[in-house]
Amino acid sequence: MMASSYTAKEEDGHITVSGPGALRSRKPENTAFKQQRLPAWQPILTAGTVLPAFFIIGLLFIPIGIGLFVTSNNIKEFEIDYTGVDASSPCYNCSQSFSWNSSRPCTCSIPFYLEQPYESNVYVYYGLSNFYQNHRRYVKSRDDSQLNGDPKSLMEPSKECEPYAFHENKPIAPCGAIANSMFNDTLELFYNDPNGTKVQILLNTTGIAWWTDKHVKFGNPGGNSPNLTAAFQGTTKPINWRRPVFDLDADEANNGFINEDFIVWMRTAALPTFRKLYRIINKKSGMVPTLPRGNYSLEVVYNYPVRSFEGRKRMILSTISWMGGKNPFLGIAYITVGSVCFFLGVVLLLIHHKCGNRNNNADISN
Amino acid sequence: MGSVTSFFGGLCRKQVKIEEERLFRANDRPYNLSYQYANNAIRTSKYNVFTFLPLNLFEQFRRLANAYFMFLMVLQLIPQISSLSWFTTAVPLILVLSITAVKDASDDINRHTSDKQVNNRMVNVLIDGELKKEKWMNVQVGDIIKLENNQFVTADLMLLSSSEPLNLVYVETAELDGETNLKVKQALTVTGDLGDSTDLLAHFNGEVRCEPPNNRLDKFKGTLSLDGQTYSLDNDKVLLRGCTLRNTEWCFGLVIFGGPDTKLMQNSGKTTFKRTSIDHLMNVLVLCIFGFLASMCAILAIGSAIWEGVGAGLTSFLSFWSYVIILNTVVPISLYVSVEIIRLGNSFYIDWDRKMYYPKNDTPAHARTTTLNEELGQIKYIFSDKTGTLTQNIMAFNKCTINGKAYGELFDFSGQRVEITEKTERLDFSWNQLADPKFIFHDHSLLETVKEGNPEAQDFFRLLALCHTVMPEEKNEGELYYQAQSPDEGALVTAARNFGFVFRSRTPESITAMEMGKQVTYELLAVLDFNNVRKRMSVIVRSPEGKLTLYCKGADTIIYERLHPSCNKLKEVTTRHLNEYAGDGLRTLVLAYKDLDEDYMDKWRKRHHEASTAMDGREEMLDELYEEIEKDLQLLGATAVEDKLQDGVPQTIEQLAKADIKIWVLTGDKQETAENIGYSCNMLREEMKEIFVVAANTPEGVKEELVNARKKMCPESADEPSVISSRAGLFWLQKIERVEDEKVEGEYGLVINGHSLAFALEKDLHLELLRTACMCQTVICCRVTPLQKAQVVQLVKKYKQAITLAIGDGANDVSMIKAAHIGVGISGQEGMQAVLSSDYSFAQFRYLQRLLLVHGRWSYLRMCKFLQYFFYKNFTFTFVHFWYAFFCGFSAQTVYDEWFITLYNLVYTSLPVLGMSLFDQDVNDRWSSQYPQLYTPGQLNLYFSKKMFVRCMLHSCYSSLILFFIPWAAMYDTVRDDGKDIADYQSFALLAQTCLLIVMSVQLCLDTFYWTAVNQFFVWGSLASYFAITLTMYSNGMFLIFTSYFPFIGTARNSLTQPNVWLTIFLTSLLCILPVVAYRFIVLQLRPTVNDKVRHKLRKEALPAPAPRRPPTRRISTRRSGYAFSHAQGYGDLVTSRRFLLRLPLKSRPALFSQTDSPLAQNQPQHYRTIAEGQEDAQSP
Repeated sequence: MMASSYTAKEEDGHITVSGPGALRSRKPENTAFKQQRLPAWQPILTAGTVLPAFFIIGLLFIPIGIGLFVTSNNIKEFEIDYTGVDASSPCYNCSQSFSWNSSRPCTCSIPFYLEQPYESNVYVYYGLSNFYQNHRRYVKSRDDSQLNGDPKSLMEPSKECEPYAFHENKPIAPCGAIANSMFNDTLELFYNDPNGTKVQILLNTTGIAWWTDKHVKFGNPGGNSPNLTAAFQGTTKPINWRRPVFDLDADEANNGFINEDFIVWMRTAALPTFRKLYRIINKKSGMVPTLPRGNYSLEVVYNYPVRSFEGRKRMILSTISWMGGKNPFLGIAYITVGSVCFFLGVVLLLIHHKCGNRNNNADISN
Repeated sequence: MGSVTSFFGGLCRKQVKIEEERLFRANDRPYNLSYQYANNAIRTSKYNVFTFLPLNLFEQFRRLANAYFMFLMVLQLIPQISSLSWFTTAVPLILVLSITAVKDASDDINRHTSDKQVNNRMVNVLIDGELKKEKWMNVQVGDIIKLENNQFVTADLMLLSSSEPLNLVYVETAELDGETNLKVKQALTVTGDLGDSTDLLAHFNGEVRCEPPNNRLDKFKGTLSLDGQTYSLDNDKVLLRGCTLRNTEWCFGLVIFGGPDTKLMQNSGKTTFKRTSIDHLMNVLVLCIFGFLASMCAILAIGSAIWEGVGAGLTSFLSFWSYVIILNTVVPISLYVSVEIIRLGNSFYIDWDRKMYYPKNDTPAHARTTTLNEELGQIKYIFSDKTGTLTQNIMAFNKCTINGKAYGELFDFSGQRVEITEKTERLDFSWNQLADPKFIFHDHSLLETVKEGNPEAQDFFRLLALCHTVMPEEKNEGELYYQAQSPDEGALVTAARNFGFVFRSRTPESITAMEMGKQVTYELLAVLDFNNVRKRMSVIVRSPEGKLTLYCKGADTIIYERLHPSCNKLKEVTTRHLNEYAGDGLRTLVLAYKDLDEDYMDKWRKRHHEASTAMDGREEMLDELYEEIEKDLQLLGATAVEDKLQDGVPQTIEQLAKADIKIWVLTGDKQETAENIGYSCNMLREEMKEIFVVAANTPEGVKEELVNARKKMCPESADEPSVISSRAGLFWLQKIERVEDEKVEGEYGLVINGHSLAFALEKDLHLELLRTACMCQTVICCRVTPLQKAQVVQLVKKYKQAITLAIGDGANDVSMIKAAHIGVGISGQEGMQAVLSSDYSFAQFRYLQRLLLVHGRWSYLRMCKFLQYFFYKNFTFTFVHFWYAFFCGFSAQTVYDEWFITLYNLVYTSLPVLGMSLFDQDVNDRWSSQYPQLYTPGQLNLYFSKKMFVRCMLHSCYSSLILFFIPWAAMYDTVRDDGKDIADYQSFALLAQTCLLIVMSVQLCLDTFYWTAVNQFFVWGSLASYFAITLTMYSNGMFLIFTSYFPFIGTARNSLTQPNVWLTIFLTSLLCILPVVAYRFIVLQLRPTVNDKVRHKLRKEALPAPAPRRPPTRRISTRRSGYAFSHAQGYGDLVTSRRFLLRLPLKSRPALFSQTDSPLAQNQPQHYRTIAEGQEDAQSP
């Protein structure tokens, strides 16, 4: 960088050297930093540190892994695919005869049997497969300002929403592909009492979205104004929707942009196979299990087409634990890594025993 | 990359009309202005306020890296392609551009101020017949200016007149060529007569016609026309800008070249940038990475086409470019910035090193180039100058033999030689008021002999006081300074001075000396000057008593031929002594005298006068006359001068040799002298199997000797050299030929003289030379011209592909310093020219050990670690995107938050890696120099090479797989502990980036050998800042203010509170790190490197055991040493002004060299402080 190009300073240079009075020594300062003598800790990999580390990690990981595995195994999970691909499936007809514009909803009912009672709160999920919610153009296709209730963005959705920004010259609220493709199947659960009666299970629609999403990220235009219809005046519903956004729920606190089903959908999934929380079945008081063992049926209002992209739809019932839902991976991984570490520790110990001392104590030829 | 840009840069440059001849008239401004010569204002600054921004940006975008990032930014502006927000590239680019711009601006402001300061200096200019103060920048060509003592020379001037007799002026040229001795310039008599009369000067209307501006400091050609007469002008009449006037009350000069045309400014052109081998490798790697990037993008684009199904041509094309943007982090812009910073830092360490500071002349080491540091750790060949580099260029009068008796050695009572050390008692010269206090001598007997009045001893010193061309300078009474042309002469005259024969002053006709306290003035009748053929010089003087004597000193062989037969006995004894001196590596001169009678002298002088005014064959006639008078000499004795080695040279060479560095000495000296130094500095050793001397005079002879030597060293070596041709460099355009090293048992030395070297460097022999020379431990080339020095360096550079270093101190080393990969200048006595063209400079040869073994090694280690880590960090970062592509429909979706992508290289990982690459040391400096073999990995390129790069890539491939698939598996269909979503894109991004950053930090910790507090602070600080920044960016406030830029609101709060997130992070980090630890541990156990061993040892012992010191051995040798004349041609001409004045215009003596037995007339020895350089046009190469 410092080419030896001439600077007029160099011409002046030797005044300072030969001139009297300019006797300040050019001796560099004696600081630990400049002399590269900063005090330092110089760790090296020795048998004394490496081997115990491996053993400790091994001993630590195996119990953690077992704990995780047991926890995961204790979680009860029930999954049912209701896409209706097989001709034998009750939803086969619905899946075949789908059209966006049909006014009469197609319903189907799938019976299932729970072998174990679900004691605590049960979480109902819908799962989609082969649905690329993480596709870049899809992920981008939203307007956070609009969703936050910004009146300006409501009427002028961001360009990112294209081609779902305007419909018939009216701004779409909520705009974008994500909103447009919102999951709109209705799932209902019925318990078939042994005595023959069919009891509908109460599904909670709230408490399924992140608090931050519901209270900060999403907001209706006009703030707390009760009249949502007026707030969304001049906008139109997304093309694929059946109802406008201000008609999603009768509950005021769960309507418009802050509808929790909508919020959950808008939190796009990372992977093409995902599940999203749909409803919560709260634990009843007393010793009664939330979902006792027995026969159930899932009633589906089949609105959401997935056959075009070979997707699958699932309904999942699950309990949870401190580590979330059922996922045996972490437990198995911890057990495996712990065992491998322990084994490696033994191997390294052997290597060290055989060769280490010989090599490290060998003198360095001068 | 540099070459490409410089090529285009070259096309852009303007062509300026070339001036062919300069013509101007003194005191005639209007006439001179019509030629539009540059005035004396200089401008070294590049920009002004208005041009700064466009020019600087243009300069910066000429760097390929910046242009590339600009291109990426343009890509990002296309909405269909833009996979990242504009700020991910813009922020780093703007930061880099602005840092560089600020640096450039501050540099330029400094240049502006210094320009201004210089331009506004005042000088007396003769305008309209009177002297007026004028600013430097207003001085025009053709102006007459007056300079006073100690003033800087304003512009390149033609000397008109001066206050000193004979119109001489003394100038110091330290700023120009660095030589601190005074040089003499002399004006033409015709202008000298003008004196200081403003009247006369104002009417001076000489017309000068001269060469156009050029950068040759030692040459000037021109003519002065005055009143119809033409006088020739040469370098002797010209004062150059940058010099300082000394010892001269005033002088007048005529401006020839001003400002940018001056030789000083013409010499300050841009030097070609040297690039390190790592730079080249990096360029190649970057190119490979581009290819790799393209193929990755192509794979993903194809994937996209398949995923999208039919008619996806456009989509996949766009996806290709989108991925170019996303994956561009494999070549991050911060790489280049960080590399520069690391190099700068390591250069500062060199500047700051107290162990490379030389207190005697207050010189710290200086890294003049900040871009070559790591190459210091890879040196394989060192090319060293001898004089001033290995030796101090201080000659010490050490021993002498007078009339068959040797002086200068000390013996104890038993007659054993006593070694002279610092503590040995010195002779006390306080009786002599004029003695030089720095002179050291130990033998009392000599002083006693002189004081006793021994006539031979007195004659001996009288001769030394009279027969020389030294100029005395006596500022105050008794404060004598000698300006000697060669240090040998200075040493001899100083010796005479201390032994009571003080040379005090000289005029052209006389020499005044104090002889044992008595002032004696000798009439100087003739100086029979030294030249390379004569190898002797004589003076003829008349003593006050009227006795005529010829005093002669010269090389032993020459003088012996001219001795009177009566000296034969003495000759034998003296020869014995001479051999002893030669064995000690001393430089000898034989002294002789002859009494002349008046009649003969009268006749001789007449003939001499005739000869020296003859038109034809003047030289031959003079030589004949000299030959005639210098015969039948009486032998007086001989002097032995020690060419003092610099401190620690043998030890340094020993250590460097242990580090497997080969040292070649390229010297202008004679073979004998060079060999002597070779022995005394431990390069040639008695235990070497054989030392080959190549001294043939024909190409065939040289070839035969080289082949013989090679066969002796390695009988099975092939006749034809095994040249391996391959391609390398950018685009594999560069053809390389490589000569393999050949294994040799034992150590050998090679000495090759100038003539042979000239033949050996020819096309058909140079490989032969290279093969033979590279088999030897030590190579000494004697009588090497500067050009040959560069040729030798280039030869090794070209065919060995090894890193070379050239070290030297004089102007004759400049070519070699520039040719080598790394040039080191010794900022010693001889001058600054070598330093000015060098990359590193320091005061003593021994600091080379520290520069290479400590600083170089560390720099190399640090740079390699940095590159490895940096590539690892960025590849891992990028590969995760690649894996993710298979799960997001090849849509160029990023894994991480865009802000993380922006800040990853800039904030989160920059300081820790800088900390490592600025502070890391595997072992400290003591151990580094204790175990020179630690240096060898650098020479073999072990720490960073293409192989290492591939390994690095595989490692990051593994890490990225872990970093993507462990979170993937852990998050797959998982929910939070309250049943809500966690497998969403934003949480996954946060998890992936946190894992990545933690893994990178731990990996850095593993790589760091030397944990200072700063490192800790950087690592922990970066991690802390990551969490702080992330939490801030994901906070409500940031979202509400910049809604569209921070969509990740709440992600951190919702996801980092989950235990399974932390369990995943922990698992991922361990899986990335443990295999590395295990692998390193196994390697350490099974195949520890020297490095590991030393580090292991270091844990046990705090300090390395001191190396056993080998006592110096006295060499028993009969080799006759070089005689003590190292310069080309004396300036006897100058000191005997009579002849000087007779010979107008000064015509050069045609070089007598051409009569030597070699066709290579340019084989001149090194010359010191030559004044009349203009005379040597014919000889200089």
